[in-house]
Amino acid sequence: MTGRVVIAGASLGGLRAAEQVRAAGWTGAITVIGDEPHMPYNRPPLSKEVLAGKAGFESLAFTPKAAAADVEWRLGTKVVAARLAERTVVLDDGSAVSYDGLVVATGMRPRRLGCPGPLAGRHTVRTLTDAQGLRDELTRPGARVVVVGAGFIGCEVAATAVGLGVTEVTVVDPLTLPMGGPLGDLLGRALLKRHEERGVRFALGTSVAGLEGEDRVTGVVLDDGTVLPADVVVESVGSIANTEWLDDNGLDLSDGVVTDEQLRVGGFPDVVAVGDVARFPNARYDGVPRRVEHWSIPTDTAKHAAKVLVAHLTGSAADLAPFAPLPTFWSDQHEFRLQSFGAPALGKDDVRVLDGDPDGDVLVGYHTAGRLVGVVALGGQSAALNAARYRARLLKQPALTA
Amino acid sequence: MKVVVDMNKCQDHGQCVFAAPDVFSMDDDGHLVYVADPDDALREEVEEAADVCPLQAIRIGD
Repeated sequence: MTGRVVIAGASLGGLRAAEQVRAAGWTGAITVIGDEPHMPYNRPPLSKEVLAGKAGFESLAFTPKAAAADVEWRLGTKVVAARLAERTVVLDDGSAVSYDGLVVATGMRPRRLGCPGPLAGRHTVRTLTDAQGLRDELTRPGARVVVVGAGFIGCEVAATAVGLGVTEVTVVDPLTLPMGGPLGDLLGRALLKRHEERGVRFALGTSVAGLEGEDRVTGVVLDDGTVLPADVVVESVGSIANTEWLDDNGLDLSDGVVTDEQLRVGGFPDVVAVGDVARFPNARYDGVPRRVEHWSIPTDTAKHAAKVLVAHLTGSAADLAPFAPLPTFWSDQHEFRLQSFGAPALGKDDVRVLDGDPDGDVLVGYHTAGRLVGVVALGGQSAALNAARYRARLLKQPALTA
Repeated sequence: MKVVVDMNKCQDHGQCVFAAPDVFSMDDDGHLVYVADPDDALREEVEEAADVCPLQAIRIGD
């Protein structure tokens, strides 16, 4: 088999796409292009074990499968443009690479605060380099930390900072509860209480108006004029899809790259998207295309998209059912874990305690039109096991559109 | 086929149990136990288990 599959993006989605394109029977060349200098590595520990110093940076490297040993890795190189009609991508050194099949796996980058102020002392947590820089500053004696954004990353970083002995850690968010957006009020309240009991402070229902300091940040100004003294500011205010390189191809790039139910992009049978940059309809739910920033999604999407792409390239019929993953995610904060199966965000208006008590181990069910669409456990290992018991039931549920 | 789980890495997420229930399971305390020399016929599901392990703690040998 001659020809080339180009994979744009060399994180988990790019790695799994390369492995799965091989597994699906593609024997031609595979080139993976990624802007970071590192081979693919595991990102979740960057806000937890690695930031805490409990695991080394070297522990993060993935081990590519033997079947993918002949994949060409072009690291420290960025795809800056694409001409999909000509099956060509352009790299940052100006060279062009032609392809027979293209996998979009360029992922997300952190959104930054738009307000004015000094740059030094401000951090995001997306890459190895980010985490190294943040760890160096968190471990300075007496560091005062303000985390902007009370989502998963923000709450994990706040918990890790307290665990490192930082005495002043404040989380700021315009919403009134941490993680309330994805999880709803019941668990948001339980999480707020747990974090406060362990020493995290919160400034909720307020936004950041500016940053103080000359050469480096010394404080965070809230919209009511309050100033929170800060030596370290962590910006965990969401992410932006890396899709600029796909401009001018007639694609819907309003939030990631829209795909059809087989993860194909823009009517091009030779282009698929994987990972959190892919905005795909999930046949398990309502068919509305959404991006999903869970760790499981790069692997799930790569398995499906690789089969679709290789079937097209080899002229065989894939005959695959529409992509319908069961979402799952976890988050470790302090000594407790959140474990989710299904789509809790779709059932936030009907939240019921299925087992336990929000002050201890608790299992919460999320419902749409009376039907269970997701479960989230909060607490220790027994709560997580309890959630796992509902996984099979969630898998058997008919589609929401059925 | 040989399966080795780095128990220093394992945090009992249990994703491997869903992927390969014939090889991985949780004991009554919620801790991972596994078959170290499963039949080769189970290779596909063991590879799936290794892929979905959040800690990437599962290694597969011949």
